[in-house]
Amino acid sequence: MNSVHDLGGMDGLGPIVHEADEPVFHAEWERRVFALTLAMGFYGAWNIDSSRHARERTPAAEYLSSSYYEIWLSGLERLLDETGLLTRAEVDARIATLRAGAV
Amino acid sequence: MSKHRHTEPLSDLVLRVKALESLLVEKGLVDPAALDVLIDTYENKVGPRNGAQVVARAWTDAGYKARLLSDAGAAIAELGFTGRQGEDMVVVENTPKVHNLTVCTLCSCYPWPVLGLPPVWYKSAPYRSRAVRDPRGVLREFGTELPEDVEIRVWDSTAELRYLVLPERPAGTETLGEDELAALVTRDAMIGVVKVTVPT
Repeated sequence: MNSVHDLGGMDGLGPIVHEADEPVFHAEWERRVFALTLAMGFYGAWNIDSSRHARERTPAAEYLSSSYYEIWLSGLERLLDETGLLTRAEVDARIATLRAGAV
Repeated sequence: MSKHRHTEPLSDLVLRVKALESLLVEKGLVDPAALDVLIDTYENKVGPRNGAQVVARAWTDAGYKARLLSDAGAAIAELGFTGRQGEDMVVVENTPKVHNLTVCTLCSCYPWPVLGLPPVWYKSAPYRSRAVRDPRGVLREFGTELPEDVEIRVWDSTAELRYLVLPERPAGTETLGEDELAALVTRDAMIGVVKVTVPT
């Protein structure tokens, strides 16, 4: 099935923004998402195609308004939830704990 | 992918990632030391300098170039570059009459062992959508003007097959050695959006 990730040939998506001397990562959280995604790939609960498909199932509007590693994060959260390895409820509870601790 | 929230991520995003990482570590699903190794590898060790060595070798060694064009994976492995996202490789050669451009319209497939991780623009919606529809216009955006009689070939990468462009060796480099040549070869030239030039 076609979905928003299949961008070849689409019009109206704007100019290409080329960054001179671009760093490999733009923020620490990007490093963590990259490494967590690869590490969970090695864990073996899913393969690379499932991993791509999880990113491609990001809702269209969210997909087009998200940065690359946000889409990776979204895909990883989806796979963890669907496999039951880590549910969204567990993640939400931990976010609340971290937020309370940070205040 | 049009917003660029890279330099000042929302704290919500940072919290989401921290929550995920702390839970995965506690559950024993990931090893923190392995995460650090992965980041160091792809941030500091694997990158386009690898690909530049492949290109410079092909420019100076006709036998190597022939092997590179017939079995890219094996020829690249000769220089010690192997690993994820480079399992099946094809090298496409630029000539005075043919210019090659690579893209991944579906996502971000890219030959990691020779180029490292792709830049943001390569993964962005504008490049992915237009590289296949208006390659000449895309090249112009990178400052690359090609004569009308030069054929442009666009290669759409997949998870199974990734491409590396072998750029043309620039004129005036006949006396340069392999390392000096490699220093001229840029990431963007190996993606195919620019040519290799000699600084003046």
